[in-house]
Amino acid sequence: MVRLYTDDLSIGYGERLIVNELSVQIPDQKITTIIGPNGCGKSTLLKAITRIISHQSGSVILDGQNVAKENTKQLAKKMAILPQTPESASGLTVGELVSYGRFPYQTGFGRLTKKDYEVVEWALEVTGTKDFKYHPVAALSGGQRQRVWIAMALAQETEIIFLDEPTTYLDMAHQLEVLELLQKLNREEKRTIVMVLHDLNQAARFADYIVALKAGQIVKAGNCEEVITQEVLQDVFNINAEIGTDPRTNKPMCITYNLLRGE
Amino acid sequence: MKTSIRFSIKFIIGLFLLFAMFIVAMIFGAAETSIQDVWNALFSDLKSDQINILREIRFPREVGAIVVGAALAVSGAIMQGITRNPLADPGLLGLTSGANAALAVTLAFLPTTNYLGITVACFIGAAVGAIMVFSIGAIKKGGFSPLRIVLAGAAVSAFLYAIADGVGIFFKISKDVSMWTAGGLIGTNWSQLNIIIPFISIGILIALLLSRQLTILSLNEEVAVGLGQKTVQIKTILFIVVILLAGASVALVGNMAFVGLMVPHIVRAIVGTDYRFIIPMSIVVGAILMLIADTLGRTINIPYETPVAAIIAIMGLPFFLLIVRKGGGAFQ
Repeated sequence: MVRLYTDDLSIGYGERLIVNELSVQIPDQKITTIIGPNGCGKSTLLKAITRIISHQSGSVILDGQNVAKENTKQLAKKMAILPQTPESASGLTVGELVSYGRFPYQTGFGRLTKKDYEVVEWALEVTGTKDFKYHPVAALSGGQRQRVWIAMALAQETEIIFLDEPTTYLDMAHQLEVLELLQKLNREEKRTIVMVLHDLNQAARFADYIVALKAGQIVKAGNCEEVITQEVLQDVFNINAEIGTDPRTNKPMCITYNLLRGE
Repeated sequence: MKTSIRFSIKFIIGLFLLFAMFIVAMIFGAAETSIQDVWNALFSDLKSDQINILREIRFPREVGAIVVGAALAVSGAIMQGITRNPLADPGLLGLTSGANAALAVTLAFLPTTNYLGITVACFIGAAVGAIMVFSIGAIKKGGFSPLRIVLAGAAVSAFLYAIADGVGIFFKISKDVSMWTAGGLIGTNWSQLNIIIPFISIGILIALLLSRQLTILSLNEEVAVGLGQKTVQIKTILFIVVILLAGASVALVGNMAFVGLMVPHIVRAIVGTDYRFIIPMSIVVGAILMLIADTLGRTINIPYETPVAAIIAIMGLPFFLLIVRKGGGAFQ
């Protein structure tokens, strides 16, 4: 049995349901990627699982507990979320921002303990942001900034990390840098990673498990070979894709595609 | 560690400047007084005309300037943090005008109300004004953009000022109402301060205790939830703090725009964007600014008083335009 799953989860605003009775299991200690067209509800699903937005019916279960009913501070010790493009708080230095990742462990005035400092140092180290510790976050480039936010999520010391399009606005090299960092965390630290990605080939390359969503429902969930297929992509994105194999990673990849029209 | 030491130094310098400015404010005024008189008024049992003026008129007045300056600055900082809106200010978002209207209504219908009653009325009015502004913002999706909230604030403020004026004219109490709302620090006395200071102290204390929460909230609401903050609860408490601070300020000095807007921006330039530093520094800088404004008000046209609100507005307007022009750049 996996630690985290949703049971008939429906999410929506008023009458309009964005996610409809969705049940998905998140494999432990794996990288799970959620893909799907714009507006399919992938970010909404991520936010509902991490209790940032509330859901209408169904439930999110973590370690046998209903997430909606659990103490939010305790949850913050189990799962961290990096939302899409957080605004940067420029006056905060990198070190200060990452220190706020220790918030769930602090009480009262929130003096940092020795342990807190150690975790912050480790988070800076592993994300390669230690050199900027005393720099304001706003002075960094997009890729650096993204790594700092990841460092903050890491400082939370959670076994599960959620990321909503962590590669947006980054160039190709920086995208890979962020994804490789996440992969390393997964492989070396056994963290469960759940992220929304736009790029199918990146999803295929880095994910152990892919969830393909369309109109708030799962079209296909499984490993890369099961999901990155011509049929699934046609159903999900309405495209005719040519699927090949990445010569370096042996993962499936979409080589080229056409839009399907007039059906 | 590095930042907190640097902050401590800046804060101590700030306190020193505040004390110096307080002494300056005590010395200068319509009545001729010397440093010796000020010393005796503060630290001795001696009595003279000069000393009595200092003790009963100037001293409470400057204490009033300090608490109101601190209260308005902190409430502005909190509002800017919660709304992530660089233009947030109790004067711009309907709190001041709401408290004003409540004041007029109270004077019209319950003319015998004591000062505590008037203070409470100001709290209620401030809450109503702010709720009106944010309701207008909430009508439309994305309605909490800085510009829309400021427009809603302007509209609601105009409406509430009209109510205050209307009530004043209809009940023939315009003079009483404007004595309250445009009076500034004139006539501030110890009995008023005894009622106002506890409210402001509690408000500022809660703000200090929640400053870390406010920083997280100001980063991004989703980040705040992800870090395990009870955002609804925290925002509600902070909202009540803002109403206490802004309402108490109106009860003491009437309209005083721009202090809440300006001070947090000045403070950010000094200590950065962490509210653990912004809130305490805003207390000091807000108090200094009000002392300067009040001292200028009392001295530039002796023996006549220049309204403090006018002096603040003259200093604040260019500042406001600068922020608008930079698109809140100073905020990010």
